[in-house]
Amino acid sequence: MSYTIPRRLLSSKGLTNNPMSTVIEPPVTQAAKNLEEVETVTIRFAGDSGDGMQLTGTQFTNTSAVVGNDISTLPDFPAEIRAPAGSLPGVSGFQLNFSSQDIKTPGDQPNVLVAMNPAALKVNLPDLEEGGTLIINIDGFTPENLKYANYATNPLDDNSLAGYRVHKLPISTLNMNALKGNVELSRKEIDRSKNFFALGVLYWLYDRPMENTLNWIRTKFAKSPELAKANEIALKTGYNFADTTEVFTTHYTVKKAKIAPGKYRKLTGNEATAIGFIAASQLAGRPLFYGSYPITPASDILHELSRHKTFGVKTFQAEDEIAAVCAAIGASFAGQIGLTGTSGPGVALKQEAIGLAVMTELPLVIVNVQRGGPSTGLPTKTEQADLFQAVWGRNGECPAIVVAPATPGDCFHMAIEAVRLAFKYMSPVFYLSDGYLANGAEPWAIPSIDSLPKIDVTFATDPATFMPYARDPETLARPFALPGTPGLEHRIGGIEKQHITGNVNYDPENHHLMVKLRQEKVDRAVADIPLVEVMGERTGKVLVLGWGSTYGSITSAVEKMQQEGKNVSSAHLRHLNPFPRNLGEVLAGFETVIVPEMNLGQLCTMIRAKYLVDAVPFSKVKGRPFQIREIVRKVEEYL
Amino acid sequence: MSTESNGHSGNGNVNKPFTETVSAESDTGSAVSGRIAPPPGQMKKADFVSDQEVRWCPGCGDYAILNNVQKVMPELGIPREKIVFVSGIGCSSRFPYYMNTYGFHSIHGRAPAVATGIKCANPDLSVWVITGDGDALSIGGNHFIHAIRRNLDINYILFNNRIYGLTKGQYSPTSEFGKKTKSTPSGTIDYPINPLSLAIASESTFVARSIDIDVKHLGAMVDSAAKHKGISFIEVYQNCNIFNDGAFDYFAERTVRPDRVLYLEHGKPMIFGKDRKKGVRMNGALPEVVTIGENGITENDLLVHDIYLKDPSVAFMLARMEQPDFPQPVGIFRAIERPTYEDMMADQIEGAIAKSGPGSLEKLINSGDTWLVE
Repeated sequence: MSYTIPRRLLSSKGLTNNPMSTVIEPPVTQAAKNLEEVETVTIRFAGDSGDGMQLTGTQFTNTSAVVGNDISTLPDFPAEIRAPAGSLPGVSGFQLNFSSQDIKTPGDQPNVLVAMNPAALKVNLPDLEEGGTLIINIDGFTPENLKYANYATNPLDDNSLAGYRVHKLPISTLNMNALKGNVELSRKEIDRSKNFFALGVLYWLYDRPMENTLNWIRTKFAKSPELAKANEIALKTGYNFADTTEVFTTHYTVKKAKIAPGKYRKLTGNEATAIGFIAASQLAGRPLFYGSYPITPASDILHELSRHKTFGVKTFQAEDEIAAVCAAIGASFAGQIGLTGTSGPGVALKQEAIGLAVMTELPLVIVNVQRGGPSTGLPTKTEQADLFQAVWGRNGECPAIVVAPATPGDCFHMAIEAVRLAFKYMSPVFYLSDGYLANGAEPWAIPSIDSLPKIDVTFATDPATFMPYARDPETLARPFALPGTPGLEHRIGGIEKQHITGNVNYDPENHHLMVKLRQEKVDRAVADIPLVEVMGERTGKVLVLGWGSTYGSITSAVEKMQQEGKNVSSAHLRHLNPFPRNLGEVLAGFETVIVPEMNLGQLCTMIRAKYLVDAVPFSKVKGRPFQIREIVRKVEEYL
Repeated sequence: MSTESNGHSGNGNVNKPFTETVSAESDTGSAVSGRIAPPPGQMKKADFVSDQEVRWCPGCGDYAILNNVQKVMPELGIPREKIVFVSGIGCSSRFPYYMNTYGFHSIHGRAPAVATGIKCANPDLSVWVITGDGDALSIGGNHFIHAIRRNLDINYILFNNRIYGLTKGQYSPTSEFGKKTKSTPSGTIDYPINPLSLAIASESTFVARSIDIDVKHLGAMVDSAAKHKGISFIEVYQNCNIFNDGAFDYFAERTVRPDRVLYLEHGKPMIFGKDRKKGVRMNGALPEVVTIGENGITENDLLVHDIYLKDPSVAFMLARMEQPDFPQPVGIFRAIERPTYEDMMADQIEGAIAKSGPGSLEKLINSGDTWLVE
């Protein structure tokens, strides 16, 4: 389908009374429009990394959340901040799934693709569903941009888009005409607001109120009133244009989702991680110290924590990854919650220091927001290939507790869990998030403070009984004596310690014992972590076992198949070292265990080794999360 | 004794602590002092001596430094429990084990970073970093620069023996050019680094140098460093009598020292020599050694030492002076005031709380775009 758009079809709707405007006029005709109800919509916004697609997607998300839809998002952006305009590597995308149903993933395939230029179309078109809706900014389809995107012919003219519902809009032109003369901004500046025009179109198309975004614009650009005005006009003009143009005959509405009553907020994984650690600090009554070196996709945790000084949070942007973890260890030694955050390459650098924390038996939490590896890998893409690194990645026998949040909102709860375990077992705890959780957003049921676990922190004070490496009979944790405590002066370090006294000791029997004690201590945490739950029957044909961010895809796939009467269950691990104590029993209940992972089968290898089950790895290492249908197809092979 | 025989096989079967499997050998003491120190003012050197057997080679310069630091400690008036010694790896880094204070023997090169965390977490502690030339300037070079530029109130003592001792005799970043060592049988082709130049370039607010065998001077430097608020960096020339014996004899040996070492003293002209006849003056942009009484030169022509100069140029120039063209300067090179990192960190937190009140978790989790589902 293709349309011509009369220049007159722009509505003023109270935006301006400028009589000199030749562009903003009332529409000639106002055709009645249909409003259709749909259940779930997946939209992907795509443009240059400088086009503001992340912002557009985020605004659409926030509004959809506030109107009560269930939401799930997948931002997808290049590692380059501003790759050459119009180039294929410079394409930035933001996928949003919103629904009146309970959803757990950003959607397998977009129903709607908004493409601001040829490169965005080229990169994203293969993902669009058959017959899906394309909204294209034809102004972006210049000969130069077509060349950048390696299009031999213009796809707008060569019939290659025949299988889709195409809406060709001159967004840049319409936006320029609406703003020119109404704001005191350069053409370049005006052009930068075109994403709000596109957002306005989408708001009309999906029956969203503009209020939330208008408020955001007013706050965000409070100090630049002209920019605020430009974005506001762009948004409203886009909305009104869509309302009045003949291009769109139907718009759609998505009702409130039937989700559990309560108060919700929209939250990304990195935000949830940051406020989760602040909550842990409050629950433990100990200040939080965050040592970090900027790295994608973990930096937002540093940004967020540095804003919360009123909680006594100390953030330390270190000279490198090693200094970041060492400072966190120093802060732990002095009694604060020592926390360091990074991505896989950073963990590689920190490992020797993490070994020091294992040896000195100090609480420490290491956040790894995993990204594509090895080496620099895919900095902005998601992956789960650092599980081995966390469990086994250090020299010597060097056990650490490992936990992994399953959803953006779960990042909050697992942050608290990581701190709780670190203090209780005087042990480093790895917290494995990933790029998808970090940047993805979902509605988060705000918990009541009373429902959060308490974190007990006790310090040694009695010089008569204190021994640095004596152990709690239950947990095997050593006592925690803070510098500043009279009579407890003692020395710790990376050299092997004598059992009980903590003296430097090279005795072979002592080393063997200490190696086993450190392992035993981590193993004993099993008594303190929840059992793994099975979704569905506890025995049967297929169990899909997952960990981390695959939760949404796995759960959605298995729910769907269960509704179809298929013999499949799922289980999801949030504790990866040690494993929950019932895991062996759960695995034994199924003929086949399938383990979808965004790596080559790391969890799968671990459970095969530990439980001797013939588990099947299902790998996808593409920097993208699993689609629901990919998991469905895999499971069907074993039914 | 086999631990397996007790069922401690690492699979969740242990029901009692491991005290019986390997006894704590009481004859070797423990890593804890076990008693509360006398109040400041009543402490003696012995209160800072731990029960651990010192395991440096006999004759090592480290003994003199340890002895000196233990002697100075009681005079600082700091409660013993508020003192923390942090070290990296190397011979010198065993130091914390021998101090009856809190101590942290960390990993190679990282002591400044660990100390940074300790000081930020509890600014009330007196934090000391003990390091060597390899630890501080090779593997830990990055932390050296950054811990210093941040101006944490930490005392940072670098034992410079110009050799790798603990790994048995490879050259270090301060080894003289051409030095033949186990790893450089044909001589080093690395140009050495000057620790004081680097400390000054890193904006150290307190820079000093001393010599292990110059006991009195070393004690004075340690004392001054402790009293300086902000980073206090001391380089100590330390003899490794096994792998680099006599490395500093050419200026530090007792009989030649007066003629080859310049003792810097604030407010005093730079005079040295057995008969106090030699001095340093400026000749254009560069320093030169002159003889008082020759060519009409008097004390008034000499450079007068000023440790409070904000501009680091003179301190840098002094740090570059070395034998044989110049006397080897020791003493305090500079001591300036500047807000410390941990104070500014605390100020930002206090400022935020003063402005907005203490953080409320309830408010925090309820912030952002929220909505009610009924």
